[in-house]
Amino acid sequence: MIQPILLLGYGNPSRGDDAVGPLLLEAIAEQIDPTQIELITDFQLQIEHALDMQHRQLVLFIDASVACKTGFSFSELQPAKDNSYSTHAISPAAVLDVYKTITKQSPPASFLLTIQAQQFELGTGLSELTAHYFKTACELVIQLLKQPQFNAWRTLVTK
Amino acid sequence: MYDHLETAQNPSNLKRVVIDPVSRVEGHGKVTLLLDENNKVQQARLHIVEFRGFEKFIQGRPYWELPVLVQRLCGICPVSHHLAAAKAIDQLVGIDTDNLPPAADKLRRLLHFGQVLQSHALHFFHLSSPDLLFGFESEISKRSIVAVLENYPEIGLQGVKLRKYGQEVIRMVSGKRVHGTAALPGGMNKPLSKQERDYLLEDIDQIITWSQAAVDLIKKVHTSNLPFYDQFATIRSNYLGLVKPNGALELYHGGIRAKNQHGETLLDHFDYCDYNAIIHEEVRSWSYMKFPYLTAFGKQNGWYRVGPLARVNNCDFIDTPLAEIARIQFKQHSDEAMVHSTLAFHWARLIEALHCAESIKTLLYDPDLLSNDLVAQGEKRYEGIGVIEAPRGTLFHHYQVDENDIVTKANLIVSTTSNNTAMNESVRQVAAEYLSGHELTEPLLNNIEVAIRAYDPCLSCATHAVGKMPLQLELIDAEGQLVDQLTRHSNGEFVRESA
Repeated sequence: MIQPILLLGYGNPSRGDDAVGPLLLEAIAEQIDPTQIELITDFQLQIEHALDMQHRQLVLFIDASVACKTGFSFSELQPAKDNSYSTHAISPAAVLDVYKTITKQSPPASFLLTIQAQQFELGTGLSELTAHYFKTACELVIQLLKQPQFNAWRTLVTK
Repeated sequence: MYDHLETAQNPSNLKRVVIDPVSRVEGHGKVTLLLDENNKVQQARLHIVEFRGFEKFIQGRPYWELPVLVQRLCGICPVSHHLAAAKAIDQLVGIDTDNLPPAADKLRRLLHFGQVLQSHALHFFHLSSPDLLFGFESEISKRSIVAVLENYPEIGLQGVKLRKYGQEVIRMVSGKRVHGTAALPGGMNKPLSKQERDYLLEDIDQIITWSQAAVDLIKKVHTSNLPFYDQFATIRSNYLGLVKPNGALELYHGGIRAKNQHGETLLDHFDYCDYNAIIHEEVRSWSYMKFPYLTAFGKQNGWYRVGPLARVNNCDFIDTPLAEIARIQFKQHSDEAMVHSTLAFHWARLIEALHCAESIKTLLYDPDLLSNDLVAQGEKRYEGIGVIEAPRGTLFHHYQVDENDIVTKANLIVSTTSNNTAMNESVRQVAAEYLSGHELTEPLLNNIEVAIRAYDPCLSCATHAVGKMPLQLELIDAEGQLVDQLTRHSNGEFVRESA
């Protein structure tokens, strides 16, 4: 049975703040209903992640971001051809676009949570700044999972 | 040989063009071309511009952490590092690879076949097929896997599913798609359950069929334009890799074989634990990536290529029937003892993918996979060396530990480093044959990237750093003035800014 909700946290656990997506999933793993929610971690997104989205109702991508300057950001995703295809790691919007291409259907409702990040050195842990926002981001995810409906998530969008 | 283009005579008077970073490779590499006033290439180099610090990261850690730790080197081949480290650590607990329990040996091989299958599928379908199906100089908007999915939906989807299947093999054996903890010192931590085995068996025949179709596709692409494919970026080199004791293709454990460009054997069944006696790594001032060569033949003649082309060239046969037929056809297409075409890396890569799919099926029917006899124990040693054939080629992990089991010394030679001289030579060949004397355009410069991409370099493995910089092409005139600049941002968008 495929769980209706997918949380996909990605990043390299050994590269400082890049670990924040996988760490967040680790932190909430004990608090979720595994019959309803699947947690997947990976180093980076690639097009096969579109297959992980099949038969879901809600998908949440969680990533570190140097572009985010507000601690964390929660946004709704739309499929987009954004040129990230030419790299080893593609964007969440591009994954949604791949989903559309290969299934000929609209992707499930999808959101992106980014957490402000600043350092990616090999062998380092989370920076103070990212560790601070990590806690707030965990609380947000728990709140989202208490109301796993598209409209409820939409009201919490920060941009 | 194009080594005369490694260093220009009077670089200060030349125009400089930079490709930074090279796209669709893992990590951060940069190509610089120096041109004279007639746009003739006088110097071409592939640089690695970030310092490699992974060995230092490992030192001071207890050895048993390594199989998990080293997976974080790279998002593309974590399992290869996991298994190479595991083989080295087996030795630290007194177990040589040949003495592993049969179940542990077979589970590791299954894991490795899954890894090579998914990595080869990623490389061919996601990163290289756009160039091969649409042309090296086609519109940049076409050169992506999404364009392949739109124009060749069946091929594109098969590529996605082949990669997915390889990752499912990894997940079933190690418990996770990434960062699994499958290998332990001296063995493995869990058998395959009957349910897991049956789940993988459900799709394996389809995977073999698709892998065979992929070989047919690349054979058709290569042979339909044979003179070009056999000549583009082609260099004559030595080849190095592991083989089985009977000379068959081997990806997990064997002796080192090296052949020269004429197919003559330079080394055979050499014990990889003595690799330091045959390989030297040269340092050059202009790149952080070293240049390994076979010491006995010197740095001019001893450099070699590793990876699918080397392995399929070097082996006497492949011990799975469909891949062996494909290998014979591959070798027959060339009129030389060795296939030197750099673009033939793609063909060899897909033959190996087919071999992996066939081998996965054979292993899944082996009852040893379900056995709980998974760990062997021995006497502690202070040095361990593990070598495997990673998707991109021979991978060396070498560790020394102290009496407290703390790593005091680590040395890694990754496949991309072994191909460093060859990649530079291919870049120089393309620069001299296809770019020299022409006005440089992005599609033309893609030819350079196509040559590098054929090696499937993993620059983050070679440098242990993830590149985040945009690509920048700068055209500087003979007086040193910037006349044109083309920037590719990290999201892939191109912006032209003329001076």
